[in-house]
Amino acid sequence: MTQSLHINKTYKLYIDGNFSRTESGRYIKWIDPKKKMIINFCRGSRKDFRNAVVSARSAFKAWSGRSAYNRGQIFYRIAEMLEGRKEQFISELILQGFTKKQSKKEVTLSIDRLVYYAGWADKYQQLFSRVNPVSSPYYNFSTPEPTGVVAAIAPDNSCLLGFLSVVVPAVVGGNTVVVLASESYPLCGITFAEVLHSSDVPGGVINIMSGRHDELIEQFSSHMDVNAIIYCGADSGHASMVEKNTALNVKRAVKYADQNWINPDAQGPYHIMKSQEIKTTWHPIGY
Amino acid sequence: MVSKTNIRKKKVSTNWEYSAAPESTDHISLKSNYDLFIAGKFTKPKEGTYFNSINPANETNIAKVASAGKADVNKAVSAAKVAYENVWKKMDPSQRGKYIYRIARLIQERVREFAVIESLDGGKPIRESRDIDIPLAAAHFFYYAGWADKLDYAFPGRKTKPIGVAGQIIPWNFPLLMAAWKIAPALASGNTVVLKPAETTPLTALKLAEIIQDADLPPGVVNIVTGDGSTGKYLVDHPKVDKIAFTGSTEVGKSIIQALAGSSKKYTLELGGKAANIIFEDAPIDQAVEGIINSIFFNQGHVCCAGSRLYVQESVSKEIISKLKSRMENLILGDPLDKNTDIGAINSKTQLEKIQMYLDIGVDEGSTIYQSTCTIPKKGYWCAPTLFTDMSQSHRLVQEEIFGPVLVIQTFRTIDEVIAKANNTPYGLSGGVWTDKGSKIFKISKDIRAGVIWGNTFNKFDPTSPFGGYKESGMGREGGLEGLLQYVNLY
Repeated sequence: MTQSLHINKTYKLYIDGNFSRTESGRYIKWIDPKKKMIINFCRGSRKDFRNAVVSARSAFKAWSGRSAYNRGQIFYRIAEMLEGRKEQFISELILQGFTKKQSKKEVTLSIDRLVYYAGWADKYQQLFSRVNPVSSPYYNFSTPEPTGVVAAIAPDNSCLLGFLSVVVPAVVGGNTVVVLASESYPLCGITFAEVLHSSDVPGGVINIMSGRHDELIEQFSSHMDVNAIIYCGADSGHASMVEKNTALNVKRAVKYADQNWINPDAQGPYHIMKSQEIKTTWHPIGY
Repeated sequence: MVSKTNIRKKKVSTNWEYSAAPESTDHISLKSNYDLFIAGKFTKPKEGTYFNSINPANETNIAKVASAGKADVNKAVSAAKVAYENVWKKMDPSQRGKYIYRIARLIQERVREFAVIESLDGGKPIRESRDIDIPLAAAHFFYYAGWADKLDYAFPGRKTKPIGVAGQIIPWNFPLLMAAWKIAPALASGNTVVLKPAETTPLTALKLAEIIQDADLPPGVVNIVTGDGSTGKYLVDHPKVDKIAFTGSTEVGKSIIQALAGSSKKYTLELGGKAANIIFEDAPIDQAVEGIINSIFFNQGHVCCAGSRLYVQESVSKEIISKLKSRMENLILGDPLDKNTDIGAINSKTQLEKIQMYLDIGVDEGSTIYQSTCTIPKKGYWCAPTLFTDMSQSHRLVQEEIFGPVLVIQTFRTIDEVIAKANNTPYGLSGGVWTDKGSKIFKISKDIRAGVIWGNTFNKFDPTSPFGGYKESGMGREGGLEGLLQYVNLY
């Protein structure tokens, strides 16, 4: 029997629920550390990002309007799909130079993190909502609401777990996201689109880009229709540029400089609250 | 034959003018000169410069107030740092709380004096300073005092640590109340403060400094540096300040974000607004008209959350606008110290010029202006209650914050249309809805992207109720637990 030739996968962007190549036609050549495999992944452009924001904005109303129960179920479904594709992600991590043990751990923890946040979908609101005892005849209550469209620069130090740790709390909380996958270890972030695609997540809710961080951070942080930016990275020049740009439209800025994504403090309802607003409603009590 | 109604007309006087009912000023104590409040003492500014705080209702000087330069701000921040490290963060939280209770009580005892000074210095009607500003300021201190020794219960699963020295910059529209909003939660959670009051309304903050002395608060826990924007800038840029809290315009807020970029300082911002107040055809019309008046003419419209855009459902727009005009005719504009006054003075000449500029723009852009026919006093800064009709969404008056007694009116047909219009500005501080139907209130409340929604009411505030904006209206909340969260690090 002749040996069957390996079919290489084309790595694409994931925008508005579609796998598309970058409109710019550019690529980044990626060679695995063992120099056995060459992958040309998309060098996403600013135009791709703008398209992704349009898609995220139009998906926001319906997604934030889904019931919390439904969002929880969808995230549980994502966990199920990742479980089924475990081996694919482990081999991609190994391809990127991680040991088998490290890779298994990264994927297992990632599935756990998805299940963890699926459970929060209908609980953080109860934790952070209140009825305020105002001293006048009014009924007054405060509840968290998603801030809107979130742009995220995924961390380089954990290409799947870190990626999910920034994206999932934002989206569980009803935001829609455009995320830039790790540049050093891009494969898992891009491949995660395949999991989403089979998980009942509406198109546009999570948009995934690959590309040069240097080139795209400016646009991610300065876009006027983005409500919050999550920046993961230790580059102080990038961090302060992101912070400066948030002034343009008073974006909410969330920074993770050197977060260890395995630590217990890398997850929790306070991460959801980073992309939430508090809304307070008043109404008179009377006849 | 003479009809009965004619006879009655003859008997009843049509003169419904109110007699003057001025609040007395002889019980207040004001010095002619105010120095900076640093480390528990009134301290002369290093460069020796002073500016006048004037009464906007008659343009007279009330007092000279010190202008803090860089060295003065530095001194105040150092005092705050020393007080933070050596005294305040180490103090038993229950004792910290008791100091804050003292401040609340001292304000309550002197509430009338503070109200009069607030109206003298800022031009707001005594009815508002007496019934709203000063009692609410006291209530804020009282509310947060109680949190000081209960912080472990505030945020589930987490404990709190104070941040350090908070630099706080406040506006001129609610001078003492904004000082209270800022100082009370900061102190309760263990921070120390350098407060920069607004240039045109520094006096009640300086009177608060006297209360802080009377309360025997440890020196340096609260410092107050008066001055203009440059004083605020020194505070924002000071390396030993750990947190900036600012209330003011979106423009200045953005410059603060830029100035703080790359530093590790935390910040909260309460910025501008352009709130939509939405009236449905099934609303209780007379209540709604009263609500519209309150939403835009409260404090001369110098309110970031003012309902400055009115959206009226088409079927009732004629009735609402006509009732609104007749109600506007009955608003009494004049002496802020008169207890009958509804509309006081515009806070400053600069602000009056800005409002005037917008009135001109409105007319130039082809909208129809209506102003109540009240008599405008000869001295001082005044603006008659104003409304504009024939507006469209792209008009500058619909998009930009005026911060004055100017209402812009548009009509709508469907709920989806009005939600789209209401959300179509960069701001998101507040919103209002008037209807008899509960489900519609919740629909609007859910779909308006703003931090505070008033259903069948407007411009209500409470220390327990979080306040703050979405989008370009700011970041973070003041009041309630969320207000406390802005002054702690969680671990």
